[in-house]
Amino acid sequence: MLIDWFTVGAQALNFIILVGLLKHFLYQPILDAIAAREKLIAGQLADADARRAEAGKERDEFARKNEEFNQQRATLLSQATDEVKVERQRLLDAARQAADALSVRRQTTLSNDARNLNQAIRQRAQQEVFAIARQALSDLAATSLEERLTEVFLARLRAIDGTTKDGLANALTTASEPALVRSAVDLPAEQRAKIQAALNETFSVEIRLRFETMPALVSGIELSTSGLKLAWSIADYLAALEKGVAEVLTANSASAIDATPQSGK
Amino acid sequence: MHLSPDQIVFWQYGFFRINATIVFTWAVMAVLTVGSSLVTRRLARGLQRSHWQNLIEIVVTGIEKQIAEVGLRQPGRYLGFLGTLFLFVATASLGTIIPGYEPPTGSLSTTVALALCVLVAVPFFGIKEQGIGGYLKSWLEPTFIMLPFNVISEVSRTLALAVRLFGNMMSGTMIIGILLTITPFIFPLVMTVLGLLTGMVQAYIFTVLAAVYIAAATGTGARHLTPQDTRDTPWTA
Repeated sequence: MLIDWFTVGAQALNFIILVGLLKHFLYQPILDAIAAREKLIAGQLADADARRAEAGKERDEFARKNEEFNQQRATLLSQATDEVKVERQRLLDAARQAADALSVRRQTTLSNDARNLNQAIRQRAQQEVFAIARQALSDLAATSLEERLTEVFLARLRAIDGTTKDGLANALTTASEPALVRSAVDLPAEQRAKIQAALNETFSVEIRLRFETMPALVSGIELSTSGLKLAWSIADYLAALEKGVAEVLTANSASAIDATPQSGK
Repeated sequence: MHLSPDQIVFWQYGFFRINATIVFTWAVMAVLTVGSSLVTRRLARGLQRSHWQNLIEIVVTGIEKQIAEVGLRQPGRYLGFLGTLFLFVATASLGTIIPGYEPPTGSLSTTVALALCVLVAVPFFGIKEQGIGGYLKSWLEPTFIMLPFNVISEVSRTLALAVRLFGNMMSGTMIIGILLTITPFIFPLVMTVLGLLTGMVQAYIFTVLAAVYIAAATGTGARHLTPQDTRDTPWTA
């Protein structure tokens, strides 16, 4: 008999025991380990996904900030450029104004200097003219400048025509104040008396006079009363002299400018 | 020459008899249990693990995958029974490389015991899965006329399981024994290698057929598979 029923029972029992043993020692631990590993891997994958998502979020945030920064930079650059343009224009205007002011001041200074120089030349020329005249008159004609001045003045007085003479006579006679006689040089008493006598004679009336010396007076002698004035002046001579001197100076400066490039050669 | 290791009796007391089949079965059980406990004692749950653990995991997940391929939706439930069937039959065959070893599956008593276990397991899992009514209803399908044929098929396929395994294992051992007496060199070695292959194939067939029967009973997989269908399996010897 090939089948031993005791062995069949024993083997069935053995098999059932083996099932229990392997379940306990093999399948359950292995399946648990696999499940744990799968859970671990799933956790790691989820973690990786989360990190990737976070990284993507951070990347987006960074890109956004970068874009924002670029925009801000462009705006600031544009603002700065505009401000620089405005500032440049302002500085240019200020410089131009300063240059204009400087130019005006310089022009003013130059014209003042020219005026002062003219004045000085005029006074010096007058002094020189008087000195030369005085010396020449003294040497050649044995007379003084004051005397000649008085004579010329009196000659002019006598030469005035009727209308002017009447107006002057009227002014001299009706004036409440004495008539003023001003001269560049101090007139001696003799000359003063001559003038007084000549006036009394010309206008046939006793005229009150007051004498004053005024060195700055260009004209030689002048008689003024109630707005009318009779004068002999060397102002025209001086003007001619000034003109001549100015011409000489201009010619000199032009020749100096022409000479400069030549001397540089 | 023994036709079955049942005939090698070590100890007997009346009906109780400790023969080579039982002793070698205990040896196989000891090897499987001790080996499993040694490997699973320090199981790594992380990504780094030992070669032995890898091997065991491949075997366990391979069995699980085979069960799932048969059509059982929750292979974890049947892994204990079907996996043990495979491991026991395979280990029993592998042992033939040890001189003096008699495979317990070469005994008709063992194969009958295993077939009876399958016979009991099929209605057990069937009732557990779809209730007693649902399971009994499957006997009347497609019509009630088929009831006697279904009963016959249930018994005959159990018998076929037992005899198939026994025939293959016993014949392998017998051929090696005969060849050893005729040509003691080379040929027995070749036949041993062939026997190992046959043993693996038989373990696979036994397990897959049991899985198919259970799948038919639980209604989760291929229903109404008859022994005729299963006989068409290319591995069937």
